Amino acid sequence: MYGNDFTAPQADGQDAVREGHEDFWRVVESDGRIEPRDEMPEDYRASLVRQIAQHAHSEIIGMQPEGEWISRAPSLRRKAILMAKVQDEAGHGLYLYAAAETLGVDRAELLDKLHSGKQKYSSIFNYPTLTWADIGTIGWLVDGAAIVNQVPLCRCSYGPYARAMIRVCKEESFHQRQGFEALYTLSHGTPEQKAMAQDAVDRWWWPSLMMFGPHDAESTHSEKSMAWGVKRFSNDELRQRFVDMTVPQAEALGLTLPDPDLRWNEERGHYDFGEIDFTELFEVIKGNGPCNQQRMARRRAAHEDGTWAREAAVAYAEKAQQHGRRTAVA
Amino acid sequence: MPDRRDWPLFEVFVRSRRGLSHAHVGSLHAPDAQMALRNARDVYTRRQEGVSLWVVEAAAITASSPEEKDAFFDPAGDKIYRHPTFYDIPEGVEHL
Repeated sequence: MYGNDFTAPQADGQDAVREGHEDFWRVVESDGRIEPRDEMPEDYRASLVRQIAQHAHSEIIGMQPEGEWISRAPSLRRKAILMAKVQDEAGHGLYLYAAAETLGVDRAELLDKLHSGKQKYSSIFNYPTLTWADIGTIGWLVDGAAIVNQVPLCRCSYGPYARAMIRVCKEESFHQRQGFEALYTLSHGTPEQKAMAQDAVDRWWWPSLMMFGPHDAESTHSEKSMAWGVKRFSNDELRQRFVDMTVPQAEALGLTLPDPDLRWNEERGHYDFGEIDFTELFEVIKGNGPCNQQRMARRRAAHEDGTWAREAAVAYAEKAQQHGRRTAVA
Repeated sequence: MPDRRDWPLFEVFVRSRRGLSHAHVGSLHAPDAQMALRNARDVYTRRQEGVSLWVVEAAAITASSPEEKDAFFDPAGDKIYRHPTFYDIPEGVEHL
């Protein structure tokens, strides 16, 4: 799904250090790719570890709000689709943990940091999925915003991250379309179903816009990420792109987006939209969102409850090895 | 009992269809190669991306070193006569 790479405002105005690392800068400035064992600035490596880990964490936490609806999906078709989607999120998490590991960290260590709260996941998953319409809306808006953010990452300067994102983006387009279709079915159903769809869109619209992060002027990591070729477009550019592509889709759904200031600006060639309440975003990042505690408790419990499966896998492997040895002797 | 931290890393290679060679697609941890194969099937071929899978323990791969890449690959750099475009062919001569 999506990992937003931003934190609440803090003092961190450093530019990317350009001294030394000639090979690195030559590759980055010629739009080449840095590969795992290449020499690279330490803050490039550390910043990528943080971003990729946060992205990976978001994928696996993102399984929760949707997983809650698997047992309540309205048909076998929708249930099969939702299971496939949630399984994809687990896969995305794995691609990304594997990409992070190429930078010299261990997946177990990253999971520890998630469980202890030292590393974050996208704050979008701290909102609840109250009705079935939320599942369609997440696919349409949240995955839609994720795609806008992630497509440029397919060309980011770190090879393993870029390659992981190519796989992720291919799979995300199914996520977005299934969401749109589910929502379209509701918005063209009974008046109650349409109202349910509208309610979900009303609740998810602003959090989806916040997924692009703070305005460019307040974005803490942007400048360095741009210089390193990790980030290709600014938060505000990507947000505008998302709004422009989403408004006509909302019209096709017959649903309204909850913003009285949303209108086409002929002069700019873009949609204008209202002011985003970022104080809410930063509160959610700090841990005060509606579901922060629930998501973390569920994640830790899932990890602990899975201990027996990991132990069983090891026992099975040991047994198979012993058995193999015995057959080899005989 | 070794915990998850001791699970080796496996690199995963997929043959996307008959006639093509296996290509590297990513990696995963598993307690042994059989389990790595099963997990690789679930992670890397959920949409029929492959007809054959290899898993190789990452520790078993010997790689050239990025620091020595100049000395290692440079000897090929000045041998442009290994490419067909090096040679001048008179106009009108075909199938060469």
